[in-house]
Amino acid sequence: MTTVLIDYDSGNLHSAEKAFQRMAREGGHDPVIVTNRPADVAKATRIVLPGDGAFPACRRGLAAIDGLEEAIIDAVERRAVPFLGICVGMQMLATWGREYEDVRGFDWVGGQITRITPDDPSLKVPHMGWNDLIIDRPHPVLDGIQTGDHAYFVHSYHMQVADPADLLAHVDYGGPVTAIVARGNVVGTQFHPEKSQSAGLRLIANFLGWAP
Amino acid sequence: MLKTRIIPCLDVADGRVVKGVNFVDLIDAGDPVESARAYDAAGADELCFLDIHATHENRGTMYDLATRTAEQCFMPLTIGGGVRTVDDVRDLLLAGADKVSFNSAAVADPDVVARAADRFGSQCIVVAIDAKTVAPGKWEIFTHGGRKPTGIDAVEFARTVVAKGAGEILLTSMDRDGTRAGFNLPLTRAIADAVPVPVIASGGVGTLDHLVEGVIEGHASAVLAASIFHFGDFTIAEAKAHMVAAGIPMRLS
Repeated sequence: MTTVLIDYDSGNLHSAEKAFQRMAREGGHDPVIVTNRPADVAKATRIVLPGDGAFPACRRGLAAIDGLEEAIIDAVERRAVPFLGICVGMQMLATWGREYEDVRGFDWVGGQITRITPDDPSLKVPHMGWNDLIIDRPHPVLDGIQTGDHAYFVHSYHMQVADPADLLAHVDYGGPVTAIVARGNVVGTQFHPEKSQSAGLRLIANFLGWAP
Repeated sequence: MLKTRIIPCLDVADGRVVKGVNFVDLIDAGDPVESARAYDAAGADELCFLDIHATHENRGTMYDLATRTAEQCFMPLTIGGGVRTVDDVRDLLLAGADKVSFNSAAVADPDVVARAADRFGSQCIVVAIDAKTVAPGKWEIFTHGGRKPTGIDAVEFARTVVAKGAGEILLTSMDRDGTRAGFNLPLTRAIADAVPVPVIASGGVGTLDHLVEGVIEGHASAVLAASIFHFGDFTIAEAKAHMVAAGIPMRLS
């Protein structure tokens, strides 16, 4: 009974580790471990996949660890383990990534990852900083989180979902930018919950208690 | 809507805050971690630690600070000062920093920015530019705390490092730093308008109106200040309220 935070050399896991461990401790949930071992993933009761940087690099980083991807797919598709993707970890849920080159995602949430194109040319890309969430539909991981709550974003690409029913929340940045997606036992946040103070910690706590 | 960020910056030397933070009742105002927690609670949008005399020998102190801060503050943390190599970036990110800032090393070798961005992504690579006015509408990069001219045009340099992969520019006006006379607005605006990535304005804040000017006239995405917050002149909440009143969207929750 463990939540695994997958470490595939894609940036800083320290704050994510501390945030998940703290919320697990406070909520009396399963312990959180950081690992890249397929054997740990095979036994996991919950999976968190972070990701920083470019989609193709993250995808390759994951594929570079022998057996890891297979273990994740088996856990999510066959054992229906609750899964949370963060930032590029969320983007990898999509069918296709279109950053630099076309790369396949897990295809757990239909859609593609495309560059943000704000309709106001004065808006900078990357979209970096605090933006207020607009909740599109309720979900257990959003318990206690409302439209207007702020989350911390750092990204230049986002997911365009194929089915609007998979979109839980978006933000406005010269047009809608996807913030949270979910389908079945899978959920993903484009923002960093581990950097988003109270709303982020709340989402983490909700995920740790979620029984889809 | 994306909010403008307020970023308090703590100058750190040998693991201690150089100018003590006295805006709240801290048990140890010299402890960067305790100061960080106070700013976290006060509603700061990000934090910045600047290691002001980083040496190879005292590097471990900064890693320890990053780790302890990341354990307690669930908000973005940028660390700069003495960052020279891709390995320095890696060590700081692993210790708990979210972004790492290059300064002189990027001037000496702009390709270090490309190497770091390729490895870790642009989102965590900041380049700190220290610039001085050398003629009207002309600014030059200075290194070594503003003492050493380089002959490099600041606007050109900003374009160069962004092309190499910098995800954000931390722009300090060395003419204004410490003066409390306000940001160098023409400089800030020239660079903010020249690059597609966010620019953090720094150097010279003495009043809350200066923060407003940095955004409205300087086109900065974020404002960094040290002494007006550390010395208790204003709280983060007062600064945000003042900026909202001026029509700037801020995160108040």
